[in-house]
Amino acid sequence: MKGKISSFVVAVCLAFAGAASADTIKIGVAGAHTGDLASYGLPTVNAAKIVAKQVNDKGGINGKQIELVVQDDQCKPELATNVATKLVSDGAKVVIGHICSGATKAALPIYTEAKVMVISPSATNPELTQSGQYPTFFRTIASDDAQAKLGVDFAVGKLGAKKIAVLHDKGDYGKGYAEFAKKFIEEGGKAQVVLFEGITPGAVDYSAVVQKIRQSGADTVMFGGYHPEASKLVSQIKKKRIDVHFISDDGVKDDTFIKVAGKDAEGVYASGPKDVSGLALNKEAIEAHKAMFGTDPGAFFDSAYAAMLAAVNAVAKAGSTDFDAMAKVMRSDLVETPVGTIKFDTRGDAEGVGFSMYQVQNGKYVEMK
Amino acid sequence: MDVQYFFELFLSGLTRGSIYALIAIGYTMVYGIIELINFAHGEIYMIGAFTGLIVAGILGTMGFPLPAILVLAVLVSMIYCAGYGYTIEKIAYKPLRQAGRLSPLISAIGMSLFLQNYVILVQTSDFVPFPSLIPEFAFLEPIAHIFASSDFLIVVVSAVLMAGLTLFIKYTKMGKAMRATAQNRKMAMLLGIDADRVISVTFIIGSALAAVGGVLIASHVGMVNFAIGFLAGIKAFTAAVLGGIGSLPGAMLGGLFLGLSESFGAGYISSDYEDVFAFSLLVIFLIFRPSGIMGKAKVEKV
Repeated sequence: MKGKISSFVVAVCLAFAGAASADTIKIGVAGAHTGDLASYGLPTVNAAKIVAKQVNDKGGINGKQIELVVQDDQCKPELATNVATKLVSDGAKVVIGHICSGATKAALPIYTEAKVMVISPSATNPELTQSGQYPTFFRTIASDDAQAKLGVDFAVGKLGAKKIAVLHDKGDYGKGYAEFAKKFIEEGGKAQVVLFEGITPGAVDYSAVVQKIRQSGADTVMFGGYHPEASKLVSQIKKKRIDVHFISDDGVKDDTFIKVAGKDAEGVYASGPKDVSGLALNKEAIEAHKAMFGTDPGAFFDSAYAAMLAAVNAVAKAGSTDFDAMAKVMRSDLVETPVGTIKFDTRGDAEGVGFSMYQVQNGKYVEMK
Repeated sequence: MDVQYFFELFLSGLTRGSIYALIAIGYTMVYGIIELINFAHGEIYMIGAFTGLIVAGILGTMGFPLPAILVLAVLVSMIYCAGYGYTIEKIAYKPLRQAGRLSPLISAIGMSLFLQNYVILVQTSDFVPFPSLIPEFAFLEPIAHIFASSDFLIVVVSAVLMAGLTLFIKYTKMGKAMRATAQNRKMAMLLGIDADRVISVTFIIGSALAAVGGVLIASHVGMVNFAIGFLAGIKAFTAAVLGGIGSLPGAMLGGLFLGLSESFGAGYISSDYEDVFAFSLLVIFLIFRPSGIMGKAKVEKV
């Protein structure tokens, strides 16, 4: 296995070594390229190759060619630290990756110390940006708590919610959403959490919980979970004549929800991924992939393409690979990418990426502007 | 805690308890007569809901009024499920009647899995919307926010059916034969009671009641799915054990007891632990009073 990986790495390095002169800009690409999770990592390598080729064909960045250094971490934290050390010693000043949150977290201290800019297309763990421990880390994908943040901002900002009941289905996904929502409501200080409860999926009836919502005096319900429980909840809330806003996550932003809940679904809010398929650059990136590799791109291709474009822009505008200069560009410069026009906030999360709020209107989810 | 909140929780527990009781009767009757836990009973409930959905769909397009659709859907689904109950007994349990207790139990679990997958194949594995068949009663409008028409109907229908069943068991010839078979099957047969027929009737009645529950509850919550029978069945079984398995009033009492404790538990403590309340009760009862609320301590025959 080890021999296979290193020969793969050598082959890739050789492939790009042809174009490399002594003065190149080395960009590391790290992620799972073999093993169970290879399908998450390989599209990122392809995206990096496409952008690198486009830039190099046009004469490179400020006259310097991009040289990709591809390293496989198999999404394993223990390999990720080796990969990071290798990339740093190879002189990479920008790394696209890593792919998995666990591997990314393991590798980040090494990059932080070496002041290497890291842009992940897929690591969604909220801690990576929010802990503030990794100032050189950026990402082009929304973090796991982005939906809860969007939901709370929408409830408090747009709907003027004061008392919010937070419910979840006790699953990892739903409970995670609910816990983040609770945290954001409490941090915001403009509204209070009047109820925080788990419900049993598949139960015959939720009327006790629904009575509890009434008792709590909530004006808004936020629910983390999937559509079967959501439709039971909204219909029982309507049946018991309780007038509240209902906000949920993309487990509910599903047409089955509207089909099952019928007229009770009207007015329900749910967050879901932004539709980016209409963007010209998105189509262009997919076409470029087809032209170069003959297939449709895979997971996280869009965000990896975006990460690579942001990196190229940062190096070009900064005029060097000095981290502080690049970071300044990353945080101030808007870049057109296949996931929309983005820049990064001080913590490294991309603004303008991720989720939108939708509302059921006349039997359809309509994006709220 | 204020009185109105207590009352709201009490009513929601009553609805839930009636649902459990209606399904628990099927478990307890079958157990009382052939000492078999019919694990396929929850699936009968689910098939009842699906039949109701199909009948309601057909009648709805033909323009029947709402109350007529509800009554016809319940009736057709009762007949259909009675047929299922009868057939399941003949196919899966009767050939195993002399085979000890474990074999029919395994057969029951197999039947339960078979029926679930059968519904996935011939219907769907998705959640399907169920039309709201229960009309909004005008006289309930002032208290609809705590006790909706569907809650009312479920409680009333359950009460009427259970009263009817009690009278049936107590005063008809078939009821007497059932009680005799439950007490001692061999002796009943010696006295000329057709035990096979009694067992068939037991399955038919239990399945028909589950069908009523299926249609009413599906209309109450507004959706059906192939898996709804599982949790409902487990809870109803718990209710039957709490009440004393084999005892008819026990099933009703057990259902209400379980429904109310879940509702108060969720209301005053947390709904996170709803299932924990239900199953802790089961464990406590099994330890301290294994024969249930109404059950008699069993004397092993030597």
